[in-house]
Amino acid sequence: MAVQEFIAPRSLLEAQSVIANGGNAAWLAGGTDLLVGIRLGLRDPNRVIDLKHIPELMALEVGADQVLIGAAASAYDILHNSEIGSLCPGLADALDLIGSTQIQGRCSAGGNLCNASPAADSIPALIANGAVCRILGSSGERLLPVEDFLVGPGKNALEEDELLVQLVLPKPMLGTSDAYLRLTPRTEMDIAVAGTGVSITLDTTGVCTAARVAIGAVAPTALLIEAAGQALVGSKLEDDAIDRAVTAVRAAASPISDKRGSAQYRTHVVGVLVKRAIQRAQARINAGAKA
Amino acid sequence: MSTPLNKLPIQAVINGEPKMFLAAPGQVLADVLRDELELIGTKIGCNTGDCGACSVLVNDRLVCSCLVLAAEVEGQSVQTIEGIADGAVLHPVQQKLLEHGGLQCGVCTPGVVVAAKALLDSNPNPTEEEARYWLAGNLCRCTGYDKIIHAVLDAAEAIREGAAS
Repeated sequence: MAVQEFIAPRSLLEAQSVIANGGNAAWLAGGTDLLVGIRLGLRDPNRVIDLKHIPELMALEVGADQVLIGAAASAYDILHNSEIGSLCPGLADALDLIGSTQIQGRCSAGGNLCNASPAADSIPALIANGAVCRILGSSGERLLPVEDFLVGPGKNALEEDELLVQLVLPKPMLGTSDAYLRLTPRTEMDIAVAGTGVSITLDTTGVCTAARVAIGAVAPTALLIEAAGQALVGSKLEDDAIDRAVTAVRAAASPISDKRGSAQYRTHVVGVLVKRAIQRAQARINAGAKA
Repeated sequence: MSTPLNKLPIQAVINGEPKMFLAAPGQVLADVLRDELELIGTKIGCNTGDCGACSVLVNDRLVCSCLVLAAEVEGQSVQTIEGIADGAVLHPVQQKLLEHGGLQCGVCTPGVVVAAKALLDSNPNPTEEEARYWLAGNLCRCTGYDKIIHAVLDAAEAIREGAAS
């Protein structure tokens, strides 16, 4: 490693002055992708900037209408926040599927997003939850929905002078729940062949009033499939509505064929997962209504 | 691998003792533990966070020390395999691994011990499934895992009985 400098700014202001200094810098949150990338020669930063001493980057806050997740907060921290876990159980499921106990002790939702793997587990769950990126640059702050943050495999929308500060989720309202499901050949320590994050809102009569369906590992980036959500709205999630959502998802999937699965297999499986995730989110809402 | 001249002085509590050491800005904790602090119980297997041989606790959090920069542990507490036994008295996880034959070549064992201790600290009565998932990031090519899992569950029982008596 040819890292020449290690900097740990204590505030966003300090982080901004570090950005202003320029140079070949890399942001360090959990390091579970960055340090592997450096070791494999895929990344060669001169300066590493540790973000874990900046309060905004580590924040986990459930407000009146928003859930804030600091971009550098670890999966472990998020999974041990019972409020976030009960509001967004699908997002928690996704984070709990990333790597091992050791990796979850370090890896962050922000890092998983910035790394922009097509198969990242937390990204479809974030998209389903309507998460928006709060980005800080030298010219100020901007907001960008997660689905627009993804540019291609390993590529995100951050400019060189920009930092992902937080993920802002609308607080799930009553009658809303989510689910994340993926298929892997092994039960643990594996990468998704296909994955899906779904968020559903049902009114008191069981009619779906809002739905977001996102898919992962079946396209160059995770995708929001608006047509799939629209197919569910107005229904009571009967089989034909779910079938229309599944059809929309399969039409939008454009997977590669590799050792994990053929394109045809992935396209089929992602539809199966979407159906099950819708039903899981529905079951969670119904269980919550009874409780 | 180049050796930068700009090494950083790092202060941290290692196995309960305040220590000061020098680390290059890009040097990982596993290398510093082994090369600077001569704590060679921590093993380096894959160096990419997949095998768990380099598992340590940083502020009681289980991590792979190959995926932590040494500079990150400034002011923090690090527990390695050398800090698990109480003097000559083995930790129950260590004792039960010996009794069950839960190790052969021994390269994964320090990481398994540290990870299992972290499990039992947070969950004194894990199910077999919970133990297997918790230890999924500790690869062992010798034992087939069964003896490790039995040793960990047995150690949990021993700790619970010790606490009850």
